[in-house]
Amino acid sequence: MSGIYESLVKIVGEDFVSNQQEELYFYGRDPGVMPPHKPDYVVMPKNTEEVQQVVKLANKEKIPIVPKGGGLALTGLVIPLKGGIVMDMKRMDKILEVNAKNRYVVVEGGVSQGILKAFLDQNYPDLRHSVPEAPPITTIAANAVIHGQGRLSQQYGFNSDMVNGFEVVLPTGEICKIGSCSVSPYWFSKGPPMPDLSGLFLGWLGTTGIITKIGLKLYPKKRLIDVEVFVTDTEDIIPDVVYKITHTELIEDIGVWSQPKPRMFSGNFHLNIFFTGDTEEELELKRKIIYHALQEYIDSKDGGFMQVPSDLKAAFLANPQKTMSNFADLRKGGGFEYSGPIIPVELYPQFVKKVQELGTKYRVIQNASGRVIQQGHCMMFSFAFTFNRADHDELDRVRKALHEAAEFGSEKGALLWKPTLYEQKMMIDRMDPNTRNLMKKVKNLLDPNGIMNPGNWEV
Amino acid sequence: MPELKFDKDKCAKCKSVNCLTMCQYMKLDKEQAKMEWQKIIKGEYSFVLESCATCYACEEYCPQGNHPFYLLVERQEQMDKLASPRALIKQWVNMTEFSGKFMVGQVKERAISFCFIPRLQQIANGKLFEDVASSWVMGAEFFCNAVFLHFSRMSVIQNRLPKVIDNISKQGIKELICLHDECWATYNSIAPAYGIEVPFKTTHYFEYLHNELVKNKRSIKLLNLKVAYQRNCSTRLIPQVDHWVDDIFKLIGVTRLEREYDKKNALCCGALMFSSKGYDLGTDLQKRNIDDMVKSGAEYCVFNCPACWDPLAEKVAKRGVKPIHMIDLCKMAIGEKPALEVKI
Amino acid sequence: MDSKYTEQIHRCFRCGWCKFTSDYRDLNCPAYKRFRFDTYSTSGRLWLIRSWLNEEIKWSERLSEILYTCTACKNCVEQCPMGFAPDIVDWIVQARADVVESGQIPARVSRFFESVYGYGNPFKLLRSERGAWADGVKRYEHSDEYLLYIGCLGSYDENAQKMSKSLVDLLNKAGVSFGILGNDEECCGNEVYTLGEEGLFQMLTEKNIRQFKELGVKNIVTLSPHAFNIMKNTYPIYGADFRVYHYTQLLNEMAEKKRLPQKKKKVKVTYHDPCFLGRYNRIYEEPRKLLKSILDLDIVEMPRNRKDAFCCGGGSGNFATDLLAGSEDSPSRVRVREAHKTGASILAVACPGCMVMLKDAIKAENLEDKLTVMDVSQLMLESSI
Repeated sequence: MSGIYESLVKIVGEDFVSNQQEELYFYGRDPGVMPPHKPDYVVMPKNTEEVQQVVKLANKEKIPIVPKGGGLALTGLVIPLKGGIVMDMKRMDKILEVNAKNRYVVVEGGVSQGILKAFLDQNYPDLRHSVPEAPPITTIAANAVIHGQGRLSQQYGFNSDMVNGFEVVLPTGEICKIGSCSVSPYWFSKGPPMPDLSGLFLGWLGTTGIITKIGLKLYPKKRLIDVEVFVTDTEDIIPDVVYKITHTELIEDIGVWSQPKPRMFSGNFHLNIFFTGDTEEELELKRKIIYHALQEYIDSKDGGFMQVPSDLKAAFLANPQKTMSNFADLRKGGGFEYSGPIIPVELYPQFVKKVQELGTKYRVIQNASGRVIQQGHCMMFSFAFTFNRADHDELDRVRKALHEAAEFGSEKGALLWKPTLYEQKMMIDRMDPNTRNLMKKVKNLLDPNGIMNPGNWEV
Repeated sequence: MPELKFDKDKCAKCKSVNCLTMCQYMKLDKEQAKMEWQKIIKGEYSFVLESCATCYACEEYCPQGNHPFYLLVERQEQMDKLASPRALIKQWVNMTEFSGKFMVGQVKERAISFCFIPRLQQIANGKLFEDVASSWVMGAEFFCNAVFLHFSRMSVIQNRLPKVIDNISKQGIKELICLHDECWATYNSIAPAYGIEVPFKTTHYFEYLHNELVKNKRSIKLLNLKVAYQRNCSTRLIPQVDHWVDDIFKLIGVTRLEREYDKKNALCCGALMFSSKGYDLGTDLQKRNIDDMVKSGAEYCVFNCPACWDPLAEKVAKRGVKPIHMIDLCKMAIGEKPALEVKI
Repeated sequence: MDSKYTEQIHRCFRCGWCKFTSDYRDLNCPAYKRFRFDTYSTSGRLWLIRSWLNEEIKWSERLSEILYTCTACKNCVEQCPMGFAPDIVDWIVQARADVVESGQIPARVSRFFESVYGYGNPFKLLRSERGAWADGVKRYEHSDEYLLYIGCLGSYDENAQKMSKSLVDLLNKAGVSFGILGNDEECCGNEVYTLGEEGLFQMLTEKNIRQFKELGVKNIVTLSPHAFNIMKNTYPIYGADFRVYHYTQLLNEMAEKKRLPQKKKKVKVTYHDPCFLGRYNRIYEEPRKLLKSILDLDIVEMPRNRKDAFCCGGGSGNFATDLLAGSEDSPSRVRVREAHKTGASILAVACPGCMVMLKDAIKAENLEDKLTVMDVSQLMLESSI
């Protein structure tokens, strides 16, 4: 490894390489429960050329390399399982182009969700992107690479569906353009009508290349937004409620959630139904249609819309919702992690019962939530458990609860989102063997030396 | 469990059946009303149980003082014909459970109750409250629980009210100034209806404000305002306090405009209508009420209950009528700034 | 200070909200902006302190740099969504106190303490020179309404001395009854406190309180928000019983009473909120009111203002130790670029620490003919009738 440090210094500059214990400690772990593993170096490149040079060096020396955005997937995806170089992308923070008429933006690979949101709010107030419910430091590129979700996912799909192309540094060091930008000056498509090569990178958890630029679709942003919260004590009706609400084709976002604390939420299931409008009339018409869509439940007393106190409404309408992070400190311990199975909506009642069962079995505080994806084609469910980081026994119980949640999800036919190592293995084991082999072929083709985030998606 | 002092003979002899014939949400003639009411008394099913909008008005309409609404709520619970979705009932029961935390100030024999409404703490300040400001109680332990009349849960009130009264007494309180109209209604209508003793004096905040304004007469600058008064549900239980509204208005130079939806024909704020009945009834109610305020030429809409603020204040403001709580109105009269405002 | 932080510090979720402004428009942690490794952000700092306490990592020069480059600006306190947010900077200060006890502080910080201990200021300048700027300024007497507390920067730094002089002139014009301590003035201890030297801080505090009591001081007005903060919020724990004001508060009162007649200027000014006045004590509007009283035009606000103001990088003694220097991403340089972008020709400050930091940064950015740093009192004096 001698000389590697000096080579890295030559590429990114002395200020942006570290092999110090502090960086190796911090970048070797994430806030979740997966075990840590130290890297050998941490680098922070400023541009694509520096990324390329680092990758070429890594390839030549056969050193693992792990690209990292905000590091908040919580499932250990950027823990360098085999050491090597962690590449913190966040210095690549420029917003490169906004094409307002064609509604897209092109950003560097380290641009954070928060910065893009603020930029659009200030400069393009009628445009928005799909902001995930994650702290604003999470990056656009990393969120797309893990098929993240956001406030617009109910309407338009996973955040990866909203990608318009990217520039990627392949594991062998070539800089490659993916999508319309490979042929045209416009970034309006990640593939169609050509072969869709974006599939070689999206969902691969950084094992097939490093995204240095990404194009993202932008969507209309209306002036006004409101939320109605539908509450029921019967989880069994939720799939039908989702079906009826999505049928209106008027909803921005639907979040389903339940948690035992605070007390006022205990024993119930809540649907946050977000809708937008440019005028009060538009908003009111949508509200009326939403109510009418669920009138039968109000009549049967199986559910109804709660009065939302103004401070709670403000917390719900914030995007991202800062109050979500509070779940981490419920045990005064600074931690939570969730297993996120993507499920058909009809499975919601079984999954929510399972969360409650796991909470009781492992004596951990649970929170169940689900985000409806694309008009109800599926739901991003989450088994979330909070823990006190200083309580090793509790950490262990949470690990077991998460593991059992993942096994349950897998058995029921769910796909495990941003999967931990063991979750990846669960899916690989269940996978069609030819599909599995195809994945292996793709990986070997793109990364013959196995340097990219090794250990992940290993077939 | 305390029992309702209901005399079925009074209803048998009743000629008017005002409780149902005057109902603003159901159209029944006297014969139908008599028939349906007898079913309810006997504990049989009547559509009235499910059609009831829980506006509390029948308590006022009954010429016999025989508590028809309280009986109706009991029957709803007994027959599981709930006025509200189950989940929302559960939510309110959970939210208002005794927590063992006594949120109190420096309680003396004379104390204010903020009930379970932090907004009241926001409003009740300034010169009119300086003598009592530090002596207060708030929270679930002191919550009147009358809201459960909307949720077909008289049993919650029957269960909790004696404990709440005990909590208040144990603080050494001899006079409780109820800043929430519904609290005063609880101690002066619900409690006696159930034979529950209230060992302390209760002063309605209207009376309190009136007395304070008289004390501070020199500071009053007449407001010369024309207002619509938003008469809320709980005043139906205690119509005897309505005169204070006029007495206060007289002191501070405010005219209570005559309009269709005031006094006995008042419309409630509609907040829980959306949950219990749906969009159409709640919207219609609010629209008629606000249209009426606008038609009457009101400059302000004066609220009695802080819980009416969220569902109505912004809507009222958007129609050009300024919302203000009664306490804030009195503060304005002595040159102080209102605490609650709506920004459009 | 108690050591509760060891029982709490594991609660940081490293979610990173602390890195930003309220609306995420920009990074707002000065150390993170300067160094960009996550280890230099608040969450990095807290996790590393914990790992050091758990003996997972050893004390090192890097760790000490990480610990001491926090300027204690409280952006993280402002932005952290967790219940323990108000305690974050206190935890860092407590950790520093433990480091001081273990004798492992960086050399520059050590020199800071030695200088304050030996000379009553961090610059190793003579006590007998402390009052040299104040020729002819009245010394405090029992009958004076206010003790004007100048502080170390205002006494010794050439640029900050101009602030002291203009403030004195203004107070005289307004007919305020005040006096200064001159050479008898001792360091207020705010930086010593945030740097964790508890023993030295206690000594300074007790000395100051004793001196003020003996002089019969009832009201203190400070030049620096740092002194304002420590005297108002911490001295009472040690028995102080004085009313403490920052000079912008007192000048505001004078202006409202029409004791400071002003003529208006037509100049574009932007105002930089000092951390110890702003986020620490929520004083955002008084300095602005003063500025508005002398301006024909509105103040042009920097995008990051009030509770989102970006720290100049001078806190935690960094105006002397300079641990965040050496880059175009040094906080003071970032801030003057932001000020320049507003189109303002004057960058107004209300703190001698900010004055010193931002003035140097303007030089480093070659903005000397485009942007001038002036203190609020200097601007007021220029406009006074």
